[in-house]
Amino acid sequence: MNQKQKKLLFRILMAAVFLVPLYLVDLGIVKLSLPRWALLALFLVPYLLVGYDILRKAFLGIRNGQVFDENFLMTVATVGAIALGEYGEGVAVMLLYQVGELFQSIAVGRSRRNIAALMDIRPDYANIEEDGQLVRVDPDEVEVGSVIVVQPGEKVPLDGVVVEGSSNLDTAALTGESRPVDVGVDSPILSGSVNMTGLLKVRTTKGFDESTASRILDLVENAASRKSKSESFISKFARYYTPIVCYGALALAVLPPLFCMVTGIGMEPYASVGALWGDWVLRACTFLVISCPCALVISIPLSFFAGLGGAGSQGILIKGSNYLETLSRVKVVAFDKTGTITKGNFAVTAVHHSPFDDRKLLEYAALAECHSSHPISKSLQAAYGEPLDQGRVTDVEELSGHGVTARVDGHTVAVGNDKLMSRLGLESRPCHHVGTIIHVAVDGAYCGHIVIADELKENARRAVEELRRAGVEKTVMLTGDAESVAKNVAQQVGLTDYRAQLLPADKVACVEELLARCGGGKKLAFVGDGINDAPVLSRADIGIAMGALGSDAAIEAADVVLMDDDPVKIAKAIRISRKCLRIVKENIVFALGVKLVCLVLAALGIANMWLAVAADVGVMILAVLNAIRCLAVKDL
Amino acid sequence: MKKSYKIDVDCANCANLMEQAAKKTEGVKDCTVSFMTLKMKIEFEEGANAAAVMEKVRASCKKVEPDCEIFL
Repeated sequence: MNQKQKKLLFRILMAAVFLVPLYLVDLGIVKLSLPRWALLALFLVPYLLVGYDILRKAFLGIRNGQVFDENFLMTVATVGAIALGEYGEGVAVMLLYQVGELFQSIAVGRSRRNIAALMDIRPDYANIEEDGQLVRVDPDEVEVGSVIVVQPGEKVPLDGVVVEGSSNLDTAALTGESRPVDVGVDSPILSGSVNMTGLLKVRTTKGFDESTASRILDLVENAASRKSKSESFISKFARYYTPIVCYGALALAVLPPLFCMVTGIGMEPYASVGALWGDWVLRACTFLVISCPCALVISIPLSFFAGLGGAGSQGILIKGSNYLETLSRVKVVAFDKTGTITKGNFAVTAVHHSPFDDRKLLEYAALAECHSSHPISKSLQAAYGEPLDQGRVTDVEELSGHGVTARVDGHTVAVGNDKLMSRLGLESRPCHHVGTIIHVAVDGAYCGHIVIADELKENARRAVEELRRAGVEKTVMLTGDAESVAKNVAQQVGLTDYRAQLLPADKVACVEELLARCGGGKKLAFVGDGINDAPVLSRADIGIAMGALGSDAAIEAADVVLMDDDPVKIAKAIRISRKCLRIVKENIVFALGVKLVCLVLAALGIANMWLAVAADVGVMILAVLNAIRCLAVKDL
Repeated sequence: MKKSYKIDVDCANCANLMEQAAKKTEGVKDCTVSFMTLKMKIEFEEGANAAAVMEKVRASCKKVEPDCEIFL
C-alpha cells in the first residue's frame, strides 16, 4: 500500500469506529436521548472524515463544468439521505464507497506492479571505459559503434556485438524463456537481457531508441493506448450513462409524487405529503448509489491490461487490446513455412544404402565438398561435426548443376545429384524421403545417398494440434517451396491445407483469397518469421511475427510479436485472448445485469440504501477480482 | 515531436477525461493517456514550445480532475 492508500484506510477505520456506536444509537438499540441536531452533528464527524475529498471533488467538478461524475453521484445520494434523516445510511454509503475505492486502488496497483516486472528491462545506464576507469553514462548518449562494458549482474543497455569476454545471458524478460543463452566474441547481444556470469565488452550497433529494450517498452506502453471496441464502448457508455442516470433519478424524485398529488392515486400508504416526497427522494438517492458506473469503467480496461501483461510475461507481445479482441476470433491460421514450421536451416536428416558406416559416408561427402560455399556443403560439414583436414582432398572439380568430384585419401569421390551419377554411368537409387538428395559414389561404385531437408521445429506438430483444439478450423501453409516438399511438411505437421510454389506476391493474393472466404466474424491470422513477409503480415486480420526478437521490420509490421520461435505460443496467444475476452464479457453482463435489477428494485422502493451500496461496491470488487484473473495465463 | 510524461491519477475514467482535456489544449496535436502504465504521450504541433504547452495541458487536466498530476 502506498501513502495515499494507507491514509484512506486510516480514515475508513476511524470513521467506522465513530459510526458503529452512533448507528446503534440511531436505531434505538443503545438508549441515549439526544436531540436530532446533536445526533446529526455527531454523524457528520465520520461523514466528513471519510468523505471530504469526494465532496471537494464534486464541488470542484461543478465549478469546472464537469458535473456528472461518480463523485457527484455519491455526494447527491449521501447528502440527500442525510437531509431526509437517514443519517446512518448516508454515512455508511460514503464509507463503503471509499472501501470500494481503496480496494480498487490496491487491485490496480498490484496488477500494475505485476506488469511492471515485465517492463523491468529499461536500462538505466551504460558503462563506458575512459582512461581505464568505468564511467556511467546515460544510454541515450552512447553513440553507435562505441564500446560499452557490461558487468555481471547488469542489464545490457544497448544492442551490440560482443568484442571481448564470454558469459551467459538471462533473456527471460525478453522471451519468457528461462534457459540462459551463451555468448562469446562476435555474438550479437540484445539490450534488456541480463549479463549473468562474465564481464563483456560490447560494440554497440544501435542507438538507445532503436535498441530492442526501448522498442519493446515502447510497444508495451503503446499497447494500452490502442483501445479495443469493448473499451471504447465502455468509455462512451460512461459519458452518456451518468447524465442519463442523474436525470432519471431527478425524474424519479419528482414525477411520481407529483402524479400522486395531482391524481390522488397511491397516496394511501403515506401519512402526509412530506412523507410522500421523502420516500421518493430517498428512492432516487438509492437509485443514484446503484447507478455508479465504476465497476465497468475500471474492470474492462483492467481486464485487457492484465491480459496484455499476462501475455507479455509469456514472451507474447500484443500491440493493443484491439488485437487481443481480433485474436480471440481467429478461425483460420496461415503459416509461412520457413522459420515458422521449419527451422530454416538445412540439415542432414538421413543417410541411406551406404555400404559402410553412415559417418564414413558423411566424412567423404563433407571432405569432397569442403571447398564449396554452397549451403549444402555447410550442412554436410555440420552433420559431420568435426574439423576437416583439407590436405586430404585433392583434384577437386566442380561440375555446375551436378556436383563435385574429388580425390579423398586416394579414393575418387563423387558427390552430387542423380544427373552426376548417370553422367558417371552409375544407377542412383531414388529416395522416398522429401528433400534434397545427395548421391555419393566412391571409387566408381554407388555408395548411397544423403538426405538434406529443412528440419521441422520440434513443436510444430504440437502447435498445430493445439491450434485445432483451440477451435481454429483451418491451418494453411504458404510456401515458395516445391509441391512435394510442401505436401510432405503439411502431412507431417497435420495442417489442413497448403499452397506451394508461391512467389512473395502470391502470398498476399493467397491471404486475400482466404480472407474473402472467412467472413462471418471469423478472423485470419498470418504467422511469419518477419523476413520478407511484412506485406502479408499487414494484410491479414492479425499478423503474428515469430522469433522476432531483434528484427525491426517484423516488430513494425506485426500486430503480435512472439519473442522466441516456439510455434506453440500461437495457440497460447489465442487462448489468452479468449480468456481475456470471456472475462470482459462476464464483467459487462454481470455488472450491467446486477445494476439494472437493483435500479428497478430501487425505483419500486424495494431496495434500500444498504442493498444499493452492496450492489455498487460488491459488483465492483467482484468485477475487479475477475479482471485480475486475466493475469493468470501461465498454465493456459 | 512526441514526448511521454509520467502522470498520477486515481481512476480509469479520470484518465480518459485527462486525455480529452489534453487533446483540446492548444499546441497539442494528439494525446493518449494510459491509465494502466500511468503515461501520457503527447504529440505536439509543429513548432510548439513543449514546456509552455505542457503547463497549459496540466492546467486543463487539473480542471477536469483536480487530483491528477503530470510530472514535467
